[in-house]
Amino acid sequence: MKTVIATGMFILSLVGSAWADPMLINGAGATFPYPVYSKWFDEYAKIHPDIHINYQSIGSGGGIRQASELTVDFGATDGPMNDEQLSKAKVKLLHFPTVLGAVVPTYNLPEVTADLNFTPQALAGIFLGAITKWNDPEIAKANPGANLPDKLIIVVHRSDGSGTTYVWVDYLSKISPEWKKKVGVGTSVNWPVGLGGKGNEGVAGLVKQTPYAIGYVELIYAEQNKMPSGRVRNSAGQFVKAGLETVTAAAAGTIKAMPADFRVSITNASGEKVYPIASFTWLLIPEKIDDPKKGKAITGFLRWMLKDGQGLAPALLYAPLPKEIVAMEEKAIGQIKY
Amino acid sequence: MARSNTNIFSLAIFRRPGISPADRFFRASVLTVALSVFAITAIVAYELVRNSRLPIEKFGWSFLWGTTWDPVAEQFGALPFLYGTLVSSALALLIAVPVGLGVAIFLSELAPRWVSDPVAFLVELLAAIPSVIYGLVGIFVFVPWIRNVLEPALSGTLGFLPLFQGAPYGVGMLTAGIVLAMMVVPFIVSVSREILMAVPLSQREAILSLGATQWEMVRIAVLPYARSGIMGSIFLALARALGETMAVTMVIGNRPEIRLSLFEPGYTMAAVIANEFTEATSDLYVQALIEIGLVLFAVTILVNALARLLIHSVFTKVEVRE
Amino acid sequence: MTSALLLRRRLTNIVMLSLTGVCTALVLGVLFFILGYITYHGIAALNWDFFTKLPKPVGETGGGMANAIVGTIKLLALASLIGVPIGFFGGVYLSEYGRKNAIGFSIRYAADILNGIPSIVMGIFAYTIVVLPMGHFSSLAGGVALGIMMIPIAVRSSEEFLKLVPASLREAALALGLAEWKVVSFVVIPTAFRGIVTGIMLDLARVAGETAPLLFTAFSNRFWSRGWLEPTASLPVMIYTYAIAPYEDWHRQAWAAGMVLLMLVLGANLLSRLILHRQLRG
Repeated sequence: MKTVIATGMFILSLVGSAWADPMLINGAGATFPYPVYSKWFDEYAKIHPDIHINYQSIGSGGGIRQASELTVDFGATDGPMNDEQLSKAKVKLLHFPTVLGAVVPTYNLPEVTADLNFTPQALAGIFLGAITKWNDPEIAKANPGANLPDKLIIVVHRSDGSGTTYVWVDYLSKISPEWKKKVGVGTSVNWPVGLGGKGNEGVAGLVKQTPYAIGYVELIYAEQNKMPSGRVRNSAGQFVKAGLETVTAAAAGTIKAMPADFRVSITNASGEKVYPIASFTWLLIPEKIDDPKKGKAITGFLRWMLKDGQGLAPALLYAPLPKEIVAMEEKAIGQIKY
Repeated sequence: MARSNTNIFSLAIFRRPGISPADRFFRASVLTVALSVFAITAIVAYELVRNSRLPIEKFGWSFLWGTTWDPVAEQFGALPFLYGTLVSSALALLIAVPVGLGVAIFLSELAPRWVSDPVAFLVELLAAIPSVIYGLVGIFVFVPWIRNVLEPALSGTLGFLPLFQGAPYGVGMLTAGIVLAMMVVPFIVSVSREILMAVPLSQREAILSLGATQWEMVRIAVLPYARSGIMGSIFLALARALGETMAVTMVIGNRPEIRLSLFEPGYTMAAVIANEFTEATSDLYVQALIEIGLVLFAVTILVNALARLLIHSVFTKVEVRE
Repeated sequence: MTSALLLRRRLTNIVMLSLTGVCTALVLGVLFFILGYITYHGIAALNWDFFTKLPKPVGETGGGMANAIVGTIKLLALASLIGVPIGFFGGVYLSEYGRKNAIGFSIRYAADILNGIPSIVMGIFAYTIVVLPMGHFSSLAGGVALGIMMIPIAVRSSEEFLKLVPASLREAALALGLAEWKVVSFVVIPTAFRGIVTGIMLDLARVAGETAPLLFTAFSNRFWSRGWLEPTASLPVMIYTYAIAPYEDWHRQAWAAGMVLLMLVLGANLLSRLILHRQLRG
């Protein structure tokens, strides 16, 4: 046994020393922007080999929790923290919008190949459990000619605390009084129906595996997995598909009205071309970072993200931030002290 | 296991009055380490209680029968998870007990030693397969099979029962029960087999001489004799099923609601901790999850203790007879 | 009538006995199916990259799990550091001094309780005593969780193997005037050594596959984890994250990881069985 332990320790000391150089910064949170974040952190590690940013997509609720508890160096969320959460955090947390994304209804209907249209009432009805079959009139009337099967709808939602959920239910609350009263808004809610999947990954995985299922995921998860994403009727009465333009259009209204702490909801925005279930996604950075080296690395990353990072977003179907907001954020970086 | 007399040779009885300081030191240090096992167990319990103060104060006992799990309104009731845990484990036992007993009888009564031993070893390997691997196979093999074959078949034949109604999700209580059954069968087999083999030959010979068939012998003479031990093996399997986390999380559907139909998704205590622990946003939420851990801890201790007691009673019985 | 009854009894006999055979075939069938299925998909998915590369950003194909393999080894080493000494000396106490006294009984009982604690609860425990005070996820926290899980089995298996050492050996050594601690250290323990090592190997194999206690202790890491205070990737957690995700390439890698983990665990089981078999014969 001694030799086993000795060899073990020997191997470990090798392992420990061989990769001892780069500084590791730990982040955790939203799965919604995970594809673009992991791309960013990968690219950033190539440019700055001395800094590794380890990001774990545990859900926005987790991002808020772990950032508040300081168990990670930064958090990430797609639902802005509320005042109570902010006041309970061990340190003051700052919101930094990174990109814009869309939450889309995605489904698995073997019979239907075209993209389906969804009215807000249909989405609320399905997720409230009031609409139970695919050939329900509320769905059928928006999709003339579609071959909707007489099958039970299998609803898939998130099992973890999630910003994607936040965006989705924030939208449903705005368009359905019943939803607002019965379920409400949060990163995790008390779902009336459906299966729970963990993370955007888990929901996409479940929908993909389960015929006649419907779920909601960030656009890129549907695209990367060749799953359909439904058009949603916006407040101007148009059925709009989520995409770079329609998401950017959703943000247009808030540019002037952006609050100084960047906490803003852009679901159900008005405008002909607006995709109604869009959102900013935020990094949560402590205002005071104890380790100056980490502080420098994090602010360095933020600046890079606002400049070069934005260019990487469209390829992954995330809309880059409007120029005005980038300028606001560059100023806000100054608030971080280390 | 029958090792009743060896203890008189234990070093303890050689305790002489003039024990050397070196020996005393050795004993003391070994004892300290051994006591740390006790201490660690106590600390685990203490930490669980200490870290679930908030919900205990806020909800009291109603935590156990509250049915709402609503993180937005900060209403936490653990009943759906208790229900899910109990039902999925019961379902697992419903499948695993007859099958496991069948295997145990085959191995102890029918198979010759050179078959019985290696087969028993193979069955025990099932217990060695990590939980997450059951989950992996569960997601990609059992779930589609249950959705496409088993659930339609069940709702086609037994669909009049409320147990087998609803959409064939694939993931759900039924799937969790089946996967759990595979995971706990080895516990039933290995313990029951040893217990059956410990039933004295005289028991069997007596009834065979009366002209009983081999099955009658098993049913009338062997099984009743081994009853409490078999019960013990079942409780052991139950304890294991109650605390099982990963495989269940991956196939149960994760939905905190009490539904009669086995096709419906459910949630277990272990699964909700695994899913929500890192992302719980408030202290009360986290501590509610820790309290679920505490409940799970208490339930498994109870079931385990019962199992040991029952198994132990059989072996003492056997020892006395021989 | 008698013959009809006899026939029925005989029939029942045959039917029931063959059913037990069916049960056995069924259980073995499940085992071989799982092993076969994992091996089939695992072999197709394994490649050199799997052992040497880091994971790719989400959605991109390729990459490997080198960091998770090293992470699992590190976690197991740390777990042994905690579990083996406590388990071993605890076993020595139980076998040499605590066979029938109250302390021995209560320690045995505590070990049984510890063994029965669900692994996810052990994760909570490690979170409250390591992650919260230190303020971040770490290999250390994961190692502590696994290490504590190792203790009960290490205690009981060490005890069992020490008890197998014949009493005559102890008497002979004591009769020669050897001090008690020397008898234990140089006569009893070496005799049982092989068995004890086997028990610990099995114990390690058992915790190697544990996922639940690592989710919020060791957490996970896209990169190499340096030292002991950073989060680390591990094979079981990677299998979990990759399996529930929608990406085909991740599924492929989950199978590969599943096979590696399974080989590790079953290999240890087979090896220990072989060693024990030899020892019992020799």
